[in-house]
Amino acid sequence: MSLSPTLSVAEIKTRNKELIEEVLKVYPEKTAKRRAKHLNVHQEGKPDCGVKSNIKSIPGVMTIRGCAYAGSKGVVWGPIKDMIHISHGPVGCGQYSWAARRNYYIGTTGIDTFVTMQFTSDFQEKDIVFGGDKKLAKIMDEIQELFPLNNGITVQSECPIGLIGDDIEAVSKAKSKEYEGKTIVPVRCEGFRGVSQSLGHHIANDAIRDWVFDKITPDSTPRFEPTPYDVAIIGDYNIGGDAWSSRILLEEMGLRVIAQWSGDGSLAELEATPKAKLNVLHCYRSMNYISRHMEEKYGIPWCEYNFFGPSKIAESLRKIASYFDDKIKEGAERVIEKYQPLMDAVIAKYRPRLEGKTVMLFVGGLRPRHVIGAYEDLGMEVVGTGYEFGHNDDYQRTAQHYVKDGTLIYDDVTGYEFEKFVEKIQPDLVGSGIKEKYVFQKMGVPFRQMHSWDYSGPYHGYDGFAIFARDMDMAINSPVWKKTKAPWKTEAQPLLQAAE
Amino acid sequence: MPQSAEHVLDHFDLFRGPEYQQMLANKKKMFENPRDPAEVERIREWAKTPEYREKNFAREALTVNPAKACQPLGAVFAAVGFEQTIPFVHGSQGCVAYYRSHLSRHFKEPSSCVSSSMTEDAAVFGGLNNMIDGLANTYNMYKPKMIAVSTTCMAEVIGDDLNAFIKTSKEKGSVPAEYDVPFAHTPAFVGSHVTGYDNALKGIIEHFWDGKAGTAPKLERVANDKVNFIGGFDGYTVGNMREVKRIFGLMGVDYTILADNSEVFDTPTDGEFRMYDGGTTLEEAANAINAKATISMQEYCTEKTLPLIAAHGQEVVAFNHPVGVSATDNFLMALSRITGKPIPEELARERGRLVDAMADSAAHIHGKKFAIYGDPDLCLGLAGFLLELGAEPTHILATNGGKAWAEKVQALLDSSPFGKNCHVYPGKDLWHMRSLLFTEPVDFLIGNTYGKYLERDTGTPLIRIGFPIFDRHHHHRYPVWGYQGGLNVLVWILDRIFESIDATTNVPAKSDYSFDIIR
Repeated sequence: MSLSPTLSVAEIKTRNKELIEEVLKVYPEKTAKRRAKHLNVHQEGKPDCGVKSNIKSIPGVMTIRGCAYAGSKGVVWGPIKDMIHISHGPVGCGQYSWAARRNYYIGTTGIDTFVTMQFTSDFQEKDIVFGGDKKLAKIMDEIQELFPLNNGITVQSECPIGLIGDDIEAVSKAKSKEYEGKTIVPVRCEGFRGVSQSLGHHIANDAIRDWVFDKITPDSTPRFEPTPYDVAIIGDYNIGGDAWSSRILLEEMGLRVIAQWSGDGSLAELEATPKAKLNVLHCYRSMNYISRHMEEKYGIPWCEYNFFGPSKIAESLRKIASYFDDKIKEGAERVIEKYQPLMDAVIAKYRPRLEGKTVMLFVGGLRPRHVIGAYEDLGMEVVGTGYEFGHNDDYQRTAQHYVKDGTLIYDDVTGYEFEKFVEKIQPDLVGSGIKEKYVFQKMGVPFRQMHSWDYSGPYHGYDGFAIFARDMDMAINSPVWKKTKAPWKTEAQPLLQAAE
Repeated sequence: MPQSAEHVLDHFDLFRGPEYQQMLANKKKMFENPRDPAEVERIREWAKTPEYREKNFAREALTVNPAKACQPLGAVFAAVGFEQTIPFVHGSQGCVAYYRSHLSRHFKEPSSCVSSSMTEDAAVFGGLNNMIDGLANTYNMYKPKMIAVSTTCMAEVIGDDLNAFIKTSKEKGSVPAEYDVPFAHTPAFVGSHVTGYDNALKGIIEHFWDGKAGTAPKLERVANDKVNFIGGFDGYTVGNMREVKRIFGLMGVDYTILADNSEVFDTPTDGEFRMYDGGTTLEEAANAINAKATISMQEYCTEKTLPLIAAHGQEVVAFNHPVGVSATDNFLMALSRITGKPIPEELARERGRLVDAMADSAAHIHGKKFAIYGDPDLCLGLAGFLLELGAEPTHILATNGGKAWAEKVQALLDSSPFGKNCHVYPGKDLWHMRSLLFTEPVDFLIGNTYGKYLERDTGTPLIRIGFPIFDRHHHHRYPVWGYQGGLNVLVWILDRIFESIDATTNVPAKSDYSFDIIR
C-alpha cells in the first residue's frame, strides 16, 4: 500500500530512514545515540513501532512534554467540577494551566462548580523555608468558608512540596476529619516526578483509588437503582464537549452512563463508578490504571473504544455492545444505522476536498493513533505520528491497529526533529499542540491543534465527526495558504505572464 | 439529530438542542448529586454581599484567580529580546511547556525555549549534569549566539548554583569558554513575571558589562550620546516597540533597545519558520554601557536593572507604562532633555490629534467608574489616562503590586479630583475584585482575558487591555504608548462603551429610545 501516489513503500522507507539519519547528525554523539532509539520507520507485521518510549527527555532539546502536575491537575483532576483543586506551591503552574484545556461543564462557577478557577497557595519564600502545611490547613478553612458548596478538595502538589518535605497527607486527613469526612485528596504530582505528564495521570488515578474508592463503604446505599446497563465513560475530558457527543450515543443504544471521567465529572460520579457493569475507556494512557484497579477489586470489565470517525465509532459501538445482551446489540445497530446518512453526507461533502491529503501528527494520550481512522474515513493518510508521553503498550496498539507500513514514527519528538521532518515530507496538514502550531503555519503548512481542537469541537462521536471533517477541510483548503509566497518572489513571475 | 453536513453545528449550538439538553439535565439529576438549586441561589446571592466581601478580604492563605504569573516567564520574555538568543530554563521541563504555551496563546506566535529537563535524580543529586548536557545540546542543535539561563522553583529549592554550573559546563566543553551564557536566579516563589524580567535583563547586562562571568575584562564606560530604552514585560511589545522606534526616528535620537523582542513575536507567514528574529545584538548590549542614559518604560520591571545601570555612571529614568497625553508628554520631554533634541512638530501635531479625539469623546467617559487590574506599571499608566479623561479609576488592583506601588497609585489618585473616591488594592486577586464589583459597582472593567469571568458574574463590561489576552486577536500589534497608542486605548474604551449602550437599548418596542445612530 502506498503512502504517497508518487513514492513506493520501499522509497518512502528509504527516505524516512535517511531523514532520521539527517536529523541525528546535528546532535552531540551521546545525544544522537539516545535520540536514535526514539525514531523509526514502521515495519508492517512488527508488534510495535520499533521505538523506545517513556524515557527521560534529553536536557537542552526542545521537548514538547509537560510534567506530572500537568498530568494530574491539568488532565485528570482539573475537570472534576464540584471539587476545588488547589495548585499547591508557587503561583505559576496554576496560572498557566488555568482554563487552558476547554474541559466543558455545566454548573454555577464559583458557587457549586470550580473548573475554570485558579486556586493556589501562592508559595512565598517563607513557605519554602518554614514549610507550607499550616498554610494549607488554613487554605482549606478559607475554602470551606468562602465556597461552602464545594463537594471536596484536592491538593495538587507542585515541585517544591516534595522537595521541602511537606506532609500534605496529614493535613488532608486532619481536615477531612474536622469537616466530618469531607473528601480531601492529597496528590503527589510534583512536576519533577517521572519523565512526562504520564506519571501524573498514574498518580492521579492512584489518588482516586486511595482517597475516593477506599473511603466508600461497600454496603452504602446507592443514590440510584442499579440497572444491568450501567456503564462509566473513563478517559474523556470533554474537550469542546467530546464526552457529551459520546455519551449521547451510549444512551441511545440503551446503556445508562452513570459516570463521566473526568470531563464534566463530579465526585458523586467518581464514587458511583464501582457500581458500573462495564467501564468504557477512551484515553487508555491516562486512565488504564484505575480501570485495571476496578477490574481487579470490583470485577468490572473494561473495554477500550475509539469514537473518532464513523468506521471506528461503529466498530467501537459493536465492541461495547458485545458485553451486553441483544437489546443493546440491536441498540448499537440502530444507532449506527441512524447516523449513517449523516456520515454519508459528511463524507460526500468533504472527502472529495481531502482525498489523498497527508497528515503528520504529534500528540499525547490516545490521539496519535485514534484519529488515524477518522482521517482515513476522509480519504487522508497519516504519514508520520508519535506520542508525547506514550508507553510501549501505546506503540503496540498503534502498530497493530492503526499505522501503515513505512510510517515515520517519532517518540517525544524534539522541536528540531519535528521541523525537519515536516520540512522534508511536506504534509498537507500537521496536527499537534499550541507550541507547534505557529511554527508550522509560518512554514505555510496548515495546522490543527489535536489536543484542544483549537477553539472548536467536539470531535468525538457522530456529531463530532461532522465538525472534525469541516475543520480539516477549513484548515487545509483555506485560501490563505496560497498567499504565503509573495507573487514577485515565485520563479514563474505569474503576474507578468498573466499580462501577456 | 441536530447535526447536519450542510450546516455543521459547532459546540455553541450543538449542545443547545433538545437531545443534549435533556441528556445533560438527566445526568445532573440522576448522577451528579447536585446541590439544591435554592441553596445554590442563596449562596450565589450571599457571595455578592458586603458580608461576603468582608470574609473574602479577611483571607490570609488562599489565593483565588491571581493576576500574576511566575518569574521564569518574564525571564524567557526578556531573553528572546536579544539577537539569536535561546532561553534555557534550568529545572523541570513542564514549566517550559507552560511558558511557551502561555506566550504562544497571547501573541499567536511560536515561542522557543529549552529546559534542562530535571527529574527525580536531579532533585536528589542536583542538576549539574543536566546543565552540562543541556548546554551542549542546545548549542549544537539550535546554533544560538547566546544562551540565557534562568531557573525554576525546583532548581532554587535544591539550591543549584548557576554561576558554578555554567563555569563547570564550560570546563567540560559544553560550550566554548568565551561563549555568552548569562544567567539569572528566578525562583517562582518570589515576586512575579515582572521580577523575572528584571532579574533576567539585569543578568544579561551584568554579563556583558562586568566581565562575562570572569572570562573577559570589565568594560570601561566611554560615554556617548546614545539612549538605552527598556520596555519591560509588555503584552503590547510588538506594537509598542515599533511605535517607540518611530518616535526615536522622528526625533533623531540614537538609541539601543535593550531586549527588543518585537520581531520574534511578530514573524511573517511566508513559508519560513524563524526561530530567531530581530533582537538587540550582543554588540549593542555590550556597548549600551556607553549610553548617556537609560529609559525604562516600566519602573516595577526594572527595580534591580536600573540601579545596576546607574552604578555604571548613567542617568536612569523610569516611567510607569505611560498611556495618554501627560504621560507621553513626560516621556518625550525627558527624552528631549536627555538627548538635547527638540520634540518635532510632527509629534506635537499627533499630540493635538489625541487631545482632539479626547475632546470629541470625553463626554462619554467623563464621570464613568472603572475598575482596573493588571501589572503594577500598566495599572498606573491606565489610571493616569482615565483621570485625564475625567473618569474615575475606582478600583485599582495588582496581585503583584506591593506597598510602594500602592503609595504611588494613591499619590496619583490624590493628584486629581477624579481620584477622590478611588482605592488601590495591592496584593489582591480577582476573587477580591469580584467582591469589589458586587459591593461597589463600576461601569467598566479593564483587564486581561481572565476578566471575562468577572464580566459574566457581575455584568461589568470588560475592556481587554493587559496580558494575557487569549480570547481576542491581534491587539498586541497595536501600540498603547505614544500619542498614537493613547488613541488606540481611547478607541478600545469607547468601542466597549458604545457596544454596551447598544446592547442594553436594542430591545424593539422596549427601548427604541436611546438606540441612537448619532453618538
